[in-house]
Amino acid sequence: MYWNKPVETMEREALEKLQLERLQHTVRRVYQCVPFYRERMQAAGVEPGDIQSLSDIRKLPTTEKTDLRDNYPFGLFAAPQEEIVRIHASSGTTGKPIVAGYTAHDVSVWSEVVARCLGCAHISRDDTVQVSYGYGLFTGGLGLHYGVERMGAKAVPTSAGNTQRQLMLMEDLGSTAIACTPSYALMIGEALRDENFDLTRLKLKTGIFGAEPWTEKMRDEIQKLLNIKALDIYGLTETIGPGVAMECMEAQNGLHVWEDHFIIEIIDPDTGDEVPDGEMGELVITTISKEGMPTIRYRTHDLTAIIPEPCACGRTHRRIQRLRGRTDDMLIIRGVNVFPSQVEAAIVGIPGIAPRYLLVVDRVNNMDVLEVQVELAPELLSDEVRKLEELQRQVARAIEQVIGLGVNLRLMNPGSIERSEGKSRRVVDKRVL
Amino acid sequence: MSVKQISVFIENRQGALEKFTRLLGENGIDLNALSMADTTNFGILRAIVNEPAKALQLVKDHGYTANLTDVLAVAVPDSPGGLTDALEALTRGNVSIEYLYSLVRRVGEKAVIIFRVDKPDEAAALLAGAHVELLSHQAIAQANGH
Repeated sequence: MYWNKPVETMEREALEKLQLERLQHTVRRVYQCVPFYRERMQAAGVEPGDIQSLSDIRKLPTTEKTDLRDNYPFGLFAAPQEEIVRIHASSGTTGKPIVAGYTAHDVSVWSEVVARCLGCAHISRDDTVQVSYGYGLFTGGLGLHYGVERMGAKAVPTSAGNTQRQLMLMEDLGSTAIACTPSYALMIGEALRDENFDLTRLKLKTGIFGAEPWTEKMRDEIQKLLNIKALDIYGLTETIGPGVAMECMEAQNGLHVWEDHFIIEIIDPDTGDEVPDGEMGELVITTISKEGMPTIRYRTHDLTAIIPEPCACGRTHRRIQRLRGRTDDMLIIRGVNVFPSQVEAAIVGIPGIAPRYLLVVDRVNNMDVLEVQVELAPELLSDEVRKLEELQRQVARAIEQVIGLGVNLRLMNPGSIERSEGKSRRVVDKRVL
Repeated sequence: MSVKQISVFIENRQGALEKFTRLLGENGIDLNALSMADTTNFGILRAIVNEPAKALQLVKDHGYTANLTDVLAVAVPDSPGGLTDALEALTRGNVSIEYLYSLVRRVGEKAVIIFRVDKPDEAAALLAGAHVELLSHQAIAQANGH
């Protein structure tokens, strides 16, 4: 089911012509309005007029998350403040988040691409979509919500958490679809199984899951537990939020990237060279219709490959493979992006502890659990349990404020956190997906 | 008159305490008094040892977070109610007790209780005024055969 058939099935030639026009427009816009991009382009010896074909995009410098951080909060905005109607935020690599600004047009484009994603999942106006992504600065909740409303379907903004209430509403309101992280879907499914819940009481038939990596094995599990079709959605705050790409019901294999709004490249993360279609590399995204905060050749650090073959669903927008991992040390915990360097920034300077730490991520009952081990300074701050527990809470709070996730904090003796080759290992991920 | 207590942070893991006591034993550090305060994640071991400064350096060199704290070694009659006079003196003088624990061996006819208080100097004067005996580090070491 198409939401926007003319665009979704557009001939490649016309689609690429549209991409080039929009790319040229976007490059002119950032060159004029964003000093950062202008300086970068000047340093690379490229001007907007040099973009004559789609392959000329490779003349443009790439953009990193650190560039967003360095220009926090508004440095990369390409629209005047009075045109910005929405701000979202995501994890930065240090203490500050990165923010994204949206004009009314951007929110409208976002709603459009999410509505197309819903179409991919065969969701229509007759459906009731329970949006169990978090609402707030995180793009998941509001992103899906606006897409559902754009389609004219019914949105139930339950947000994340409180599984029992989710189930009650799912049954009472007759939700036919749910959008959340795959691990939360698993948790709901297992709650149903543990209660011997009669699935015929639910009208649920589809799930749209994203914001964290998952596997075919998890898909099978979720589909079985909830008796639904489970589909993968992809996106990131830096480029818009969820809705950059989506699997279709027909193929359940690879995610269609809405190429009239996003140009994708797959590069070798080390050399920056383009890799051939079908080969794994780092996904680079250029937004070509955004006004508030366009991103030029944004390095997602997500690993995937382009699937060049046409899709059974008839959409002409190319697919990327299910995301395979990261080229950096970013962790995705309960759908939240976490960088070890954020933890470092949070704890540095707290008296009584050394800035040496280890993140241990595990999945307990389908719920990601983050333990942070932090080494104490050699001089014990106090021999009173109360005061050390206070220190433990203080450190936990400092980390939680930066990463936006609850942590189990464990104080450790100096030198007890393993080191390899003189460098400390900062992450142990015990999760088996 | 106060006594130096060594306080050591011990991770709450199986074998952690054994490893620690082995370290002391192999280096001739004798534990005259010992107490352990614990939470779900960690414990704080507090001890009176024969050579506190040496012990502190040793445990720090072996990767432990530790410090020395002034505590009072209070000798009390080893009989029912023996501790009450000492506590009464401190309460009257408005001294707060953070924690206390007892020495492994008696000194003479008396039991020895280690007090950690908020105001050690005032507490020492109060106890002296109430004729409660305070022991020096040396007295404890001697009673323990050093």
